[in-house]
Amino acid sequence: MASTRREADDQSFPLLIYLLIPALALGLQSFVSLHFPFFAMLDLPLMVVIYFAMTRRSPATSTIGGALMGIAQDALTRQPLGVFGIAKAVIGYVAGSLGVRIDTESHGTRLLLTFLFVILHNAIDWVLVRHLLAEPMIWNWVRELLRALINTLVAVVIFALLDRAKSRE
Amino acid sequence: MESFFSRYKNALVLIAVLVAQLLALAVQVKRPASDSADQQGVTLIRYVVVSVVTPPERWLHNLGRGIRGLWSGYLDLVHVRQEDAELRTKIERLQLEQASLAEDAKQGQRLQQLLDFKQHYLYKTLPAQVIGTSGTDQSRTVFIDKGAKDGLATDMPVVTADGIVGKLKDVFDHKSQVLMISDRTSGVGVTMETTRTRGILKGSPFGELRVINISPDERIKPGERIVTSGGDQIFPRGMPVGTVDRIVPDPERDPWVDVVIRPAANLSRLEEVLVITNVGETASEQETKDLAESEAEGAAEQKRASDVLSERLPGRVDAKAPAETNPDTAADNSGENVRLMTPPRPVRPDQYSPDATPQAEEMTPGERRAPVLQGTEDIVAPAKKPAVATPTSPTTGDAAKGDSSVPGTAAKKSVPTTGSTTVPATKTAASTTGTKPATGTVAGSGIAVGTAANVGKPAKTTNGNSLQSGSAASSTGSTRPSPGSSSGTASASMSGSNAAGAQLKTKVIVDGPIRDAGSGDTRAGASQASVAPAKKKAPEIVPDDGSRPPGAEKPVVQKPKPAVQPSEQNSQPAQAPPPNGGRQQWR
Repeated sequence: MASTRREADDQSFPLLIYLLIPALALGLQSFVSLHFPFFAMLDLPLMVVIYFAMTRRSPATSTIGGALMGIAQDALTRQPLGVFGIAKAVIGYVAGSLGVRIDTESHGTRLLLTFLFVILHNAIDWVLVRHLLAEPMIWNWVRELLRALINTLVAVVIFALLDRAKSRE
Repeated sequence: MESFFSRYKNALVLIAVLVAQLLALAVQVKRPASDSADQQGVTLIRYVVVSVVTPPERWLHNLGRGIRGLWSGYLDLVHVRQEDAELRTKIERLQLEQASLAEDAKQGQRLQQLLDFKQHYLYKTLPAQVIGTSGTDQSRTVFIDKGAKDGLATDMPVVTADGIVGKLKDVFDHKSQVLMISDRTSGVGVTMETTRTRGILKGSPFGELRVINISPDERIKPGERIVTSGGDQIFPRGMPVGTVDRIVPDPERDPWVDVVIRPAANLSRLEEVLVITNVGETASEQETKDLAESEAEGAAEQKRASDVLSERLPGRVDAKAPAETNPDTAADNSGENVRLMTPPRPVRPDQYSPDATPQAEEMTPGERRAPVLQGTEDIVAPAKKPAVATPTSPTTGDAAKGDSSVPGTAAKKSVPTTGSTTVPATKTAASTTGTKPATGTVAGSGIAVGTAANVGKPAKTTNGNSLQSGSAASSTGSTRPSPGSSSGTASASMSGSNAAGAQLKTKVIVDGPIRDAGSGDTRAGASQASVAPAKKKAPEIVPDDGSRPPGAEKPVVQKPKPAVQPSEQNSQPAQAPPPNGGRQQWR
């Protein structure tokens, strides 16, 4: 955990990590869901977007990164390209903006933010699908809260693992 | 301006990214059908992403498959032999069932051809491994390891042994995306197996399968099977889809209901699927071969069953038995009784017998088919010979044989005919004919000649009556002969002869066809025996009241031929009646 703002600004990742982690997230999301359908409730790409956005503290880069991640996720589905892209672009922007202003290194902050980001992401997705694409999609608060809680708990563990890949300058 | 961009760089980037994606969404959604092919750019993006994601998935899948194969193929072999035996038994049973169903299937195909309904067969399938999913429950898609290089194309149906799975959407070179039936954008035409209710199967965001817009029907019960209807032109007709789970009302369309079904295929645990690459109108070569093998095995199994049955049951035809002296002509070589294709030949043909009625073109409207003769005959007083009509009499015996329908009846009745106990019958005859009994007038039908012959042989007094013997109760000449009538006729003559003395001129009326002596009828032969003495004095024929055919001013009674020897009568078999029913035409 970074103890000072200066130390936090110096945090970065090797370039391979920026390429490998998103691809691994997409692959695991696709492969594990095949054998464990319950795994589809998780959103590994969203966790990756949140983590890199809060760590990089660059809203513009996080926006673009989130958009690319979302488009890649859309490419694996049958829905039009851009649904997840828009949602994850917004999440990347918000997470990057908050990462500049608050300390996102603490687990409590990560828990709260990730929980809110998952709900926000699903809300944006629901709005886009239900009202922009005019496709039937039901918003179930219990289901969305449960999904957000599960994603948050898993995200905290994954964030802790990704922290070990940081290269401190 | 530069400070503006640098100050609001992040916001501007966000706006630009969102606007760009919204435009991209608008372009994609603008396309009329959501399941149509993607644009080239979108396909390229999907292709790049799938190409990046699926190779590791395939590698991991093959690794896991190898580990499972190693375990199940070389290590976990407990009870393999038992399972093998069970499976072989099951295969034999299924082949028998298939053979028994083959005929029904062929019949169904013929009927469908009659209805000009083309039956589609699963012509060729390609097995494929499922290597990945979309990763989100908002889109129910999976990826398989076969693509365009393997002969796959868009919209090919994907099935498993349990039921349908989905259809191909995006087909790349070595991988394809399958849109499952549980996706909310999919649609499959289905039919409920029992109620034959048709509907559209749609997916839902939560993965539920629903047949939407169904009118409420109490016959739809949970557990009912649902099969494809073939109406979507993608899935072949009759493939299993699932079973009815429950029925829920449609909140948006009040009178309609949605039928929630449980899919037949395990859509959440797909590993191997079959892609139907070709659907034809004829069975494939392999299917035809399998069907022929099944039919052959089924026939062999049935033959074995029949052999076992023949060993346990006594044979119908014993090969070791001596030759049958009187074989049943109605039995064929296998011993089965053969049903007669034509009715048996009547022993005593009458007007109701087959071929007794002349053809319509041979008949003239108003023509009298039964001739009427009238005449007088000198009846010689009978020489009272006792018991001349004994059953041992050849004539009587012949007559009895000829009248096989009432064997012995005529002979027995002939005995009292000669006696004095025939008065009631005489009264009956006299009253029935309406003629004058005192003059000994006898009216009868020629049909009953044979019957009268049975009673005519004993004495000459019955000759005249025998000549015109017949039913005294009938004036139409077409009634069925009866023993009572014949005896009545005979007794009438007897009474006449007794009253008039030895010499009596009797007016004779013959109403009905007159048999030819050579017709071969045993009754005619019997009548000949009784008629033969009358040749000495032929009856005097008098013109009747006009019923005689024109041109025959003085019709002559067809004289029978001389009496046939009893032996000839015996040897003469009953022949088929002439086409006119035994009646003789007047010339």
